[in-house]
Amino acid sequence: MNVKSVLRAVALTVIGLFFLFPLFWVVLMSFMTNADILRNPPSPFFSPTLHNYIALVSGELHTNVGTQKVTYMLNLFNSTVLSAFAVILSLILGVPAAYAFARYKFRLGEDMAFTLLSFRFAPPLLILLPLLMIFQSMGLYDTYFGLVWVYQLITLPLVLWIVRGYFEDVSEDIELAYRLDGHSWLSTFFRISIPLARPGIAAAALLSFIFAWNNFIFALILGSSGVQPVTVGAFAFVTASGIEYGQVAAALVFSIVPTLVLAMFTQRYLVEGLSLGAIKG
Amino acid sequence: MAFLEISGLNKSFKDHKVIHDLSIDLEKGEFLAVFGPSGCGKTVFLRLIAGMMPADSGDIVIDGQSVIDANPEDRDIGMAFQNYALYPHMTAFNNIASPLRSRHVTAAEVTARVNETARMLRIDHVLDHLPKALSQGQKQRTALARSLVGRPSVVLLDDPLRNVDAKIRYEMRFELPRVLRRYESTVIYVTQDYKEAMALGDRVAVLVDGAFSQAAAPREIYDMPSTMRIARLFGDPPINLLPVHPITGAAGTEMTVAGGTVRLPADRAALSGRECMFGIRSENVVVSLQPTDGIPMTLDAITPVNNRLVMLLGGNEGTELFASCPQGGPMDRLRGRHNAWITLDLAHAHFFDGSNGARI
Repeated sequence: MNVKSVLRAVALTVIGLFFLFPLFWVVLMSFMTNADILRNPPSPFFSPTLHNYIALVSGELHTNVGTQKVTYMLNLFNSTVLSAFAVILSLILGVPAAYAFARYKFRLGEDMAFTLLSFRFAPPLLILLPLLMIFQSMGLYDTYFGLVWVYQLITLPLVLWIVRGYFEDVSEDIELAYRLDGHSWLSTFFRISIPLARPGIAAAALLSFIFAWNNFIFALILGSSGVQPVTVGAFAFVTASGIEYGQVAAALVFSIVPTLVLAMFTQRYLVEGLSLGAIKG
Repeated sequence: MAFLEISGLNKSFKDHKVIHDLSIDLEKGEFLAVFGPSGCGKTVFLRLIAGMMPADSGDIVIDGQSVIDANPEDRDIGMAFQNYALYPHMTAFNNIASPLRSRHVTAAEVTARVNETARMLRIDHVLDHLPKALSQGQKQRTALARSLVGRPSVVLLDDPLRNVDAKIRYEMRFELPRVLRRYESTVIYVTQDYKEAMALGDRVAVLVDGAFSQAAAPREIYDMPSTMRIARLFGDPPINLLPVHPITGAAGTEMTVAGGTVRLPADRAALSGRECMFGIRSENVVVSLQPTDGIPMTLDAITPVNNRLVMLLGGNEGTELFASCPQGGPMDRLRGRHNAWITLDLAHAHFFDGSNGARI
């Protein structure tokens, strides 16, 4: 018994270290100079510097060949705007659609739902070239709107399929009861169905935000530096004089923060077992 | 004109007819208990009235107004669900207040009416609890309060006592009629328990194969079941049913039951020559352990059920009969097998057509 629990603790520690060590190392790197980072053998003992963060915030990167402008703060802002609006749009479109797929049987319903899911199977590269040409001719190239739109390929299927499952778990009797109380279909949807599916909506929102945040290829091709997110922006640190590992690390630390905050915020809804006790049991 | 008129209602799912040409009228304030075996279409029947699913044909008229095409929210119907269907994210108070909120009642009146209803159902002390913090009985009462508080024209109760324990079930059998009378509700109460239907209903309607095969006062259903199927559904132990073939001879009309000959009353002479089913309830079978001129059988087992002793009798040709008598007699401590002689009280006998089961 005791041996077992000790072994378990050891195993958990090993697994934890395995997954957390890279993160820990990145955080460490973000406080190092390039010279410290590239020292062989690597050493955790160094004089920490805020140099990397200052460069990111001030937008000026001093290298041994000169000063270079970095737009990382703009990239961070772009990432936030693009991901947030992509998720909001997906929720506005996807939640009612998920409800329809969960509650009503209609012609081609399953086919439509599956088609939306199939967007996730196709490699983005397959459609990128035609998409680029369409975007250029429609004036959507290098716009926030264009990117938010193309991000729907990532976020909408997620929202649709996750939320649909939660709506299916909401008892139809509860909805009928509310309508018999004299409330309209619409108010039943907003006061009963949505609150009861909230853990699912929160989970879908968080997941699709992360997927949108981590997207690289769409923004690389369909936008220029003005609208590009952090994933593309981190490329700027690959300079003519070498890779600025310190700044890349600091940029990574910065880019984790919004997702982390969102995750902590939505966690409350994720674990909220709202449906418990609704029906007998 | 009746207050609630349901006429010619039909509903099929694919090729399966669930509700088949169902009609019934209810007077204002009437309590109709709908009883039927599981899968007979009770739930679909309620859902059609509530407007949750469209009927294929037929009409539902409440107080002179057809509601067959109306949305659930426009039908003025209250419903308590078997699974309660409480709103899990709202307190008991807000659950009960929901029908009032849609009617634009002032906040003060909402509070007053919710409190009044809750007090009557003795849940006023748990109004600030969420459904998950309520006991089964409290949930059931909250659901009931919600269905009544708006004083709808028609109240549908879908087996509301099914999931509560025996004690609450008994309490509610007394309380429900009192509460419903106070609200002057017209009630359709669906149940799978024939005793509950008989205890609560002004009338009992028996739903078999998607239509009411009999709707009458509880006692009448028990005493005069219109089909063999209904006779079998009501009664514990179940009614004795035996195939008989009455013949009219020199001594009058006679039939053979468990190897013995039984002479039928003169008014049953018309049964002569017909293949029919003879039904008799256990309480109309009189058992004697002393030899009489009755039919000789063996008393195989005896067990108390609801303050009566139920006896299982075996006859020749494998015939089995239930008989019962009040407890407190000499039979109480009887064990083992005994010879017995039975007499049938033919004044309470039922005869059903051998082929279609209709009452003769």
